[in-house]
Amino acid sequence: MSMMEFFAMGGHGPYIWGSYGVMAALMIWEARQVIARKRRALRSGARTHGGRS
Amino acid sequence: MSENRIQWLKFSSPKNFFALVERLLPWFWAAALISAAIGLYIGFFVAPVDYQQGNSYRIMFIHVPAAWMSMFIYLIMAVYAFIALVWRIKMADVMAVSLAPTGAMFTFVALWTGALWGRPTWGTYWVWDARLTSELLLLFLYLGYIALHAAIPDRQRASRAASLLALVGVVNLPIIYFSVKWWNTLHQGASISVSKGASMSSSMLAALLTLSFSCWMYAIAVTLTRAQAETLERERGAMWTNSLATAQATEPEENNLSETNNGAVV
Repeated sequence: MSMMEFFAMGGHGPYIWGSYGVMAALMIWEARQVIARKRRALRSGARTHGGRS
Repeated sequence: MSENRIQWLKFSSPKNFFALVERLLPWFWAAALISAAIGLYIGFFVAPVDYQQGNSYRIMFIHVPAAWMSMFIYLIMAVYAFIALVWRIKMADVMAVSLAPTGAMFTFVALWTGALWGRPTWGTYWVWDARLTSELLLLFLYLGYIALHAAIPDRQRASRAASLLALVGVVNLPIIYFSVKWWNTLHQGASISVSKGASMSSSMLAALLTLSFSCWMYAIAVTLTRAQAETLERERGAMWTNSLATAQATEPEENNLSETNNGAVV
């Protein structure tokens, strides 16, 4: 099976890659977003309250 | 600190929750990634072409897990909402709030992949049949919960109102699940059932179950990370976040983070 044949998926390529692509993009975006939010929360805690301990 | 003496209530304390989750998170992320790689390999290189649907059936490997997750997450969210409503445990509200966006994401993915699977299989992206319509309602329930919780400035009142909405929405879950039995829908019935087993080849089943496991691990990892962030934001100014933040600022290594945290409240 060639590369082209694999991506064509017997004519169903756009449906399959459209499904997997959107799901992967959303999951990666969500994961990055929550990790960034946690980092931000940790850092802003350091700025506001760093002197109190 | 009373929460240290009552062992069985340990993880309802925000501080202990944060430390425990910090230790578990890498395992959930790793499990999600590894099982995703294995599942995708089986799904695309081992599972054969379907004799009726051709390759488009491979959408099932993510469509079904996403649809399962959309319902499971709602159920768990509703349980936490109930706990938050009745016993006013703040970590329960944190968990419910943290589950909602991930649940909404999976619901959207279930609808999106369903549309892209429906087009080559049924000849249409969308029909207003019972299964599809009740799943769309689920998306609106998630979005309604998120919006309502965010719209009320007072956190306790926001929690109560949104939790109530989440609980009322539970009615929708059996409707989604049994819709293909109760009504004559275009959507097919369950491919895996307790009584009849699975109606597909074993490699297809393996891909489906491995990717379902991956979605579970992902959902746990992403939800717990969000819950950590939510906890930090709510507990801002408390002693334990304070020292955690200082530890983070001076020594960014994770081991130091949890150690400093344990000694902080004395």
